[in-house]
Amino acid sequence: MELTGAQALVRSLEMEGVEVVFGLPGGAILPVYDPIIDSSIRHVLVRHEQGAGHMAEGYAHVTGKPGVAMVTSGPGATNIVTPLCDAYMDSVPIVCVTGQVPTTAIGSDAFQEADTTGITAGITKHNWLVTDAADIPRVVREAFEVATTGRPGPVVVDVPKDVSNATMEWYWPEGVDLPGFRPPGAPDSEAVAAAAALIRAARRPVLYVGGGVLKSRACEALLDLVELTGIPTVTTLMARGAIPDSHPLCLGMPGMHGNYAAVTAMQRADLLIALGSRFDDRVTGKVSAFAPSAKVIHVDVDKAEIGKVRRPEVGIHADCREAIEEICSALRSTGRLDPSRLESWTGEIARWQATYPYTYEKDGTHAGAAREGGRPAGRPSLLKPQFVLEVLRDATPPGTILTAGVGQHQMWASQYWRFERPYSWVNSGGLGTMGFAVPAAIGAKVGRPDATVWAVDGDGCFQMTAQELVTASSEQIPVKIAILNNGYLGMVRQWQHMFYEERYSEVYLSPDLPDYVGWAEAMGCIGLRVEAPEEVLPAIEKANEIDDRPVVIDFRTDAMEQVFPMVPAGASNDDIVVHPAQREAEAGPPKTRAPKTSPPKTSATAGVKAPARKRRGT
Amino acid sequence: MSSYVGQPRHHLLSVLVENKAGVLSRIASLFSRRGYNIFSLAVAPTDNERFSRITIVVDVESAPLEQVMAQLDKLVNVVDISELHPAEAREAELLLVTVAADATERAQVIQLVGVFGGRIVDVSLTALTVMLAGAPESLDDFEELMRSYEIVELQRTGRIALPRLDAGAERRPRVRRAGHSS
Repeated sequence: MELTGAQALVRSLEMEGVEVVFGLPGGAILPVYDPIIDSSIRHVLVRHEQGAGHMAEGYAHVTGKPGVAMVTSGPGATNIVTPLCDAYMDSVPIVCVTGQVPTTAIGSDAFQEADTTGITAGITKHNWLVTDAADIPRVVREAFEVATTGRPGPVVVDVPKDVSNATMEWYWPEGVDLPGFRPPGAPDSEAVAAAAALIRAARRPVLYVGGGVLKSRACEALLDLVELTGIPTVTTLMARGAIPDSHPLCLGMPGMHGNYAAVTAMQRADLLIALGSRFDDRVTGKVSAFAPSAKVIHVDVDKAEIGKVRRPEVGIHADCREAIEEICSALRSTGRLDPSRLESWTGEIARWQATYPYTYEKDGTHAGAAREGGRPAGRPSLLKPQFVLEVLRDATPPGTILTAGVGQHQMWASQYWRFERPYSWVNSGGLGTMGFAVPAAIGAKVGRPDATVWAVDGDGCFQMTAQELVTASSEQIPVKIAILNNGYLGMVRQWQHMFYEERYSEVYLSPDLPDYVGWAEAMGCIGLRVEAPEEVLPAIEKANEIDDRPVVIDFRTDAMEQVFPMVPAGASNDDIVVHPAQREAEAGPPKTRAPKTSPPKTSATAGVKAPARKRRGT
Repeated sequence: MSSYVGQPRHHLLSVLVENKAGVLSRIASLFSRRGYNIFSLAVAPTDNERFSRITIVVDVESAPLEQVMAQLDKLVNVVDISELHPAEAREAELLLVTVAADATERAQVIQLVGVFGGRIVDVSLTALTVMLAGAPESLDDFEELMRSYEIVELQRTGRIALPRLDAGAERRPRVRRAGHSS
């Protein structure tokens, strides 16, 4: 059967089981868009290629299947660079098809020509420039294999227009022949035995669970390990929901804005069992001061992660699920674990949890009124972002999928949500891509139309990718967006407050410009505005009832609110700064520094003093 | 010039790659992005036209060798990596040098070239161009001696290497296991 390269490409996507492609056509990819009309594949027409990339990510996060995006050459390809990099950092399987100028024009600076494979080489697992239509099925097969095998990640298939237009004899390859691409084998049994021995001997162990556990569909195995060993478990920003937050051994999120018990348990641990986590700087703080007395077991499907930041006592290069199962059976075969061995440890952790839960000023009057002079809008803000999240959390149906952008709202979402199921949390962890929430929510809703999908977004983030709500409206993808609108680039503002003597440089956005409700309506959504605490629940309930179009709620939140706890960048996790109200509580456990600050905003000189090392950016 | 690979911070990697467009660029950009230093690099096809062999001398002050190898191994086009220890490898390099040498110095230079087993490949009234192939250490010595004359231009290829065939030549594992308790 003779097909054009374009037909072969679409056919190959069908063979790979692709159900939906997020994309936007243009000159060089035009031939491929013709057979899309006749294909069973749904195409979601985005308004900006960045949206296509994040939608593909959102889809992949919640379904476990690779997300597919299709864009044209040049600016189409460069516009999707950010999502590719995002997917690379967070190990999200994405197959991105880019159009390219004809092979005869490559290198001539032709119209809409860009060196796509060159640009994306460092932010993809691999990429291909197809130069012969006959290669298309093979390359597509390889692309999906590479994207989804081992540590997942994005790949790019760059298809010149003349290759799409050329004809080829259709075939579908049985397998792939990639001599340099080898997923890891079974877990090394000696290493597993060594890990089991360390776990058995540990008295202050912590399971340090990362996104790799979700990627390897290892949550059941993890729960088995947690319950078998009774070991307290932290779930990183990428792993929220890997075990339910309601589980008594779940300590929640560690890291820069993690909760005190999670951070401190890792810090005092005698054994860290890192499962699909990568000792990210946002988790470790100052590496040389991180978990100083802990031995480390590190399980990762990517060999290069093992020992990259912290040298483990035992490294297991394997798929997380297999490794966890092997560790469980090794533990079972060597006799019962005495639950009482961890009693004093879990007791200590429980005291930290009781003393330092997440907290905020519930009535808002204390902080809000005193700060009135500093507020550009002059409106008393009694609405706390954390309160909004608590109400939202409690008012949404079980199994709701939550996406977030990047910044304060993201941290509050991770802190205040209760993640009870895996794959219910979609966010940009590694790259920290503002504007992620809206398109990721759309992709998630496409992948899981049965689930309620809420995006928690900041006003700064929302302005970056909000136009994709036009996509959502026209494609009838009823996502719900909660903008925590504080009129600021809030996290940057927080850093300027804490580390730049409250010199606020270029962080004010205005809560009123744009008019978010008007904007939402213009994009075919329902727009709602909430300014007072008592309006929160009714608005959310109304949004939950709307299922025929997207809803945007503009929550006007207290701009002065800050994310606590916080470990300043470059500082040791021992120097965790808790909420001002908690600093006044009795002295914390030993080694924790005495409160360094008075409550923020009482005077220009109050607030957390800059740590020795100042850094730009967050 | 201190090029000797025997320095503890220099390691010799023999990397078998698929002979495809852009492979060298992927390797170079990986080194650049991760802040690894390449001291020298030589690349050419092997006897199997599907593969090329890249010989890289890595300066591992910048990152542990096992990290460099593990990151390299993730490149889809990288098929095989071995670290060659100088004691277990046959190494060779090629040097071309043009030395200013008038009639009074020419004989001395030619004599030194003879001692090292090099060849005069070009000559003029005021200069000689010498080609010398051999062990990199030998090239270092020769280069040092040539510095007592005026070097007009000098070019070295970077080393290539294969494992030795004698008893000690068992190849290292393809990639050392990172961070494993052993």
